[in-house]
Parts: sequence; structure tokens; C-alpha cells
Amino acid sequence: MKIGVKEVEYVGKLAQLGITEEEKNLFIGQLNSILEFVEQLNQLDTSNVEPTAHAVQSADLSLNMRPDEPVPTFSQEQSLTNGPETGSGHFKVPKVIADR
Amino acid sequence: MELKELTIDKVRSLLERGEASAVEICQAHLDSVERRNPEVKAFIHSDASRALDQAARVDQLKKTGQPLPALAGVPLAIKDNISIQGQRCTCASKILENYTALYDATVIEKLRTAGAVFVGKANMDEFAMGSSTENSAFFQTRNPHAIDYVPGGSSGGSAAAVAGGMAVGALGSDTGGSIRQPASFCGVVGLKPTYGRVSRYGLVAFGSSLDQIGPLTRTVKDAARVLGVIAGRDVHDATSVAVPVSDYVAAIESPVKGLKVGLPKQYFKSGIAPEVNGKIQAGLKLLERLGCELVEVELPHTEYAIACYYVVAMAEASSNLARFDGVRYGLRVHGEGTLTGMYRETRDAGFGNEVKRRIILGTFVLSSGYYDAYYLRAQKVRTLIKQDFEKALAQVDVIASPTSPTPPFRLGEKSSDPLAMYLSDIFTITANLAGIPGISVPCGNTAEGLPIGLQLLGKHFDESTLLRIGHAFETAGGFTI
Repeated sequence: MKIGVKEVEYVGKLAQLGITEEEKNLFIGQLNSILEFVEQLNQLDTSNVEPTAHAVQSADLSLNMRPDEPVPTFSQEQSLTNGPETGSGHFKVPKVIADR
Repeated sequence: MELKELTIDKVRSLLERGEASAVEICQAHLDSVERRNPEVKAFIHSDASRALDQAARVDQLKKTGQPLPALAGVPLAIKDNISIQGQRCTCASKILENYTALYDATVIEKLRTAGAVFVGKANMDEFAMGSSTENSAFFQTRNPHAIDYVPGGSSGGSAAAVAGGMAVGALGSDTGGSIRQPASFCGVVGLKPTYGRVSRYGLVAFGSSLDQIGPLTRTVKDAARVLGVIAGRDVHDATSVAVPVSDYVAAIESPVKGLKVGLPKQYFKSGIAPEVNGKIQAGLKLLERLGCELVEVELPHTEYAIACYYVVAMAEASSNLARFDGVRYGLRVHGEGTLTGMYRETRDAGFGNEVKRRIILGTFVLSSGYYDAYYLRAQKVRTLIKQDFEKALAQVDVIASPTSPTPPFRLGEKSSDPLAMYLSDIFTITANLAGIPGISVPCGNTAEGLPIGLQLLGKHFDESTLLRIGHAFETAGGFTI
């Protein structure tokens, strides 16, 4: 088994994802069967193969560039409209600095 | 006006002859949504007054004698991961349930300029992760052809809206088959363009190197019309490519005699449901009668494609979905009053199981100690798969296969086994890995009346040839073979 309770908790922490006990039990079996399936990639010799991140790119990458000039975008007010909690032109979050 | 048979050309002729106004056509579709949607559940939300406003503008243009733009008065369904300014864009996720898009996606801006009317935002698998639309956080969409069956996914709402007579066409997004497979399951045409052909600006990202927006329509010609409007380089999407946009509508009329259709040996080996295979073989014979030459080709790395795809797609998804943290938009759950507690509780409450599975696996394959073994290796296998297609497509013009190895399945049939669901994507995911375009066209029905789809894959930026063969196939009766 590649993934046990410990690994799920560790990865959950990396991904800032809360996972309930019930979900852990459900996921562990499923994740292992997916990983086992993915193991077949190891059957291939890829030592001389370059990785592909993007399958299609312009031969001339400069075509994908735009001039680095500032253009108008959303106002501060607009940008805040979907914020769950906002105030004084900012997104509010729980306190991150401990009280002295 | 028989809504289920309406095409873009018919809408145009109704408008031009003054037989119906754009408002009347729009209203007829809104009425159809009211009638059909409670059962089919294709739409998450619909803004009738905005739709009618768009239609009224088309009627105004006509009244003042101005030329009608390409998609004037055409009612479209838009997958709910594509931003329409001022409307909710939920991605069928609780985490974005109350999110309102601030801007139009580039494709929406282009469709708006072309006179299209947006009848509603279509249901989907949450964040486009799934092959049945059962992963929507809100409700399951049903197949209009057989109500106990899935419409496919992830663009299941888009496909069901078109098949169910609630929209003339739709936009979907395709990361591993999410346009083509639901098109196949619902008996409509679905086109995934070449990666970079259509701007992704305003599409909520899932797998950024795989995602592409494309049309779902009733005819191949309609797909050509919509693609002609939405294609092109966009400064807002650095991965959109500056290749000139062809006249797709003109291209479909060219004869198909002499074109070579490749049949991958590895695809037809086994695992295709007999009824699907029967119809596909009949479809291929029809292509032969139309003058196409059938040629066997090799795609030797086919058996590794699903594993490769899921590693890449999950890794990209886990990165893309990091932005949903309860700070700037969407759901917020307070947790224990700390910032990290808020992140975790928000994401736990906001994401469904399939999304969580993919975030966990994606994070795992990118984590220290596993990156080389999984992610880097998958990227290398991606190169091998891409090279397979380059070699095969050097010998033939297009590659043909079933879109899905099986006909539509029943609701709940595969939802408890994620791996079984992934395996059904075998014929579609390779196009996303290789960045090539693909189309699914209807190819008859099973004895029970469930649609079957024929897939054609083409060379980079050669949507024209796919549409051309698809159109010839349709004209020769292939859709009802």
C-alpha cells in the first residue's frame, strides 16, 4: 500500500484540505487502486525522453508575448465584490499574528 | 417551430424571412427549459430577462436594416465553468455556489458580438471532473434519450440541453473528453479544438495544459459556425496560438474522396461493446463508400494513456484548485478561528469527493520524493503518446474510433468505482495529451435507442478536415446509420 492514513493526512496538510475520518476510510482504498494502476508507467523506458508540459506551442514564442504595458483592469471595489468578508478596501481573514 | 430540429441556419432563415423574431425564438427555448428542465436538469441557472434582452437587440438590428451577425438570435447553453459577466459561475461546486463572474470569458464576448443568446448555465461534473455529470454538487443531469441513463460528462448539461430541445447549441470544455463523450451519449456533435485554438480566458481552470473550450451542436455545420466565431489568438491567454482561423463553413463542402482514415490497431483490439463496434464498423464502411481510404495505424503507447493522463490532470488540478481558500471569493467556513483552519474547513466543506480525491492524488504525485517517479515520468510518457500521433497522422489525414467504448450507462452504475469511470475515457484522453483536435458525431443508436458516437481525431489546427469528413458522414445518413 502506497497510501495509508499517515500519507493521506500528510498530503491533506500540504493541500490545506480537511478530510474527515469517514472520507479517509473511503479514499485510502480508492487512492491505492488508482496508484497501483498508474504504476504501469514504470514499465516504459523513459531515460532518453524529454518531458512534455504543453503539447502545442507556436514555433515563434514571441507571438505569444504582449507589450509589457499597464492597462486598466478591475477596480479595488469590483475585485472585492465576491469576497466573503471585506472591509476598508481589503479582504478580511482571521488574525494571523498571536496576541502578545 | 420544432425546437429539437432547429439549427443555426434555420434560426437565420426564420429571422431573415420574418417568420419569427429573435425574442420569440428565445422565449420558445425559455419555455422549453421550464417544461423539460425539471426532468432533465440540464441547467443550474437561467437568466431569462438577460437572454430576452440579447434577443431584443438582434430584433432591433434587423429592424434598422443592419446585417445580422453570424449567430444572430441563436439560443446557446453555456457550461457553468465559463464566465458570463454578472451571472453566477458555480462549476457545479458548493465552493463557488454564490460566485458571480466579474467579466465575460473571451468566447462569451465573441459569441455576444456574433448575436448569440445565452439561455442558461449548464450543469457539469464539479470542476469538470467526471464522465457522467453525477459529480455535480447540485443534482444529476439525465440523458434526454433515456431518463435513467447518464448524459455523459463532464459537459453533460450542455449536451442534454441541445439533445433535449432547450438550446440550439452549447459550449462545453474538454480536458479528457468532456465535450466529445457527452455529445456521443446524447446523440449530438461535439468538437474539441486543437489546444490553443480557442482562448481559455474566463474558463475556470482544471488541467491547464489539457483544457479547451468547444461547441456541442446538432449538425457538423453548426459546429463549424460556432468554432469560426470563438477561435483565434487572444492576448488574455498566452497559450492561445496565432495560427490563422480557417473558413470552416466553406471547408466542410469539399469532397472527402481520397482522404485517408486511420484505424488504430490498439483501439480496436478489445474492450469495445459489441453494439458500439457494430455501428462504428457500419460507419466506417460508409466512409469507405464516400471515397475515404481506411488504413490501419499503430498507436503503440495506448495502454499507458489513462495512467499518464490521470497523473498529469490530477497534478494540474491540485495546483489550480489551490486558489479556492475562502479568502477572495466563494464559500468561507471559519474553522477554529485560525487562517489555516479556515482554509481546511472551507475546502473540506466546499469540495465534493471526486475533487478531493484528485487534489489528494495530485498533491501526492507532486510532493517531494514522488515528483520524479510519477509526475515527471507521466510527462515523459506524454511525449511518447504525442509522438505516436505525429507518426500515425503523417500517414493518414484523420484517425477514427468510437468516442466511448460503451453506450451510455445507467445513473449510479459506475459512480462508486472511480477507476472504472476513468477507464471509459480511453479513446478521448489521448487527444488532450497530444493537443490535437477531435470531433464526435452521432453514429446510430443501440437497440434500446441509446446514442453511439464516432470520433475523428486530426492534425494540430486541422479542424477543417474533421468537420469536412463529419459533414460528409452526416449528409450521407451516418448519424442514423
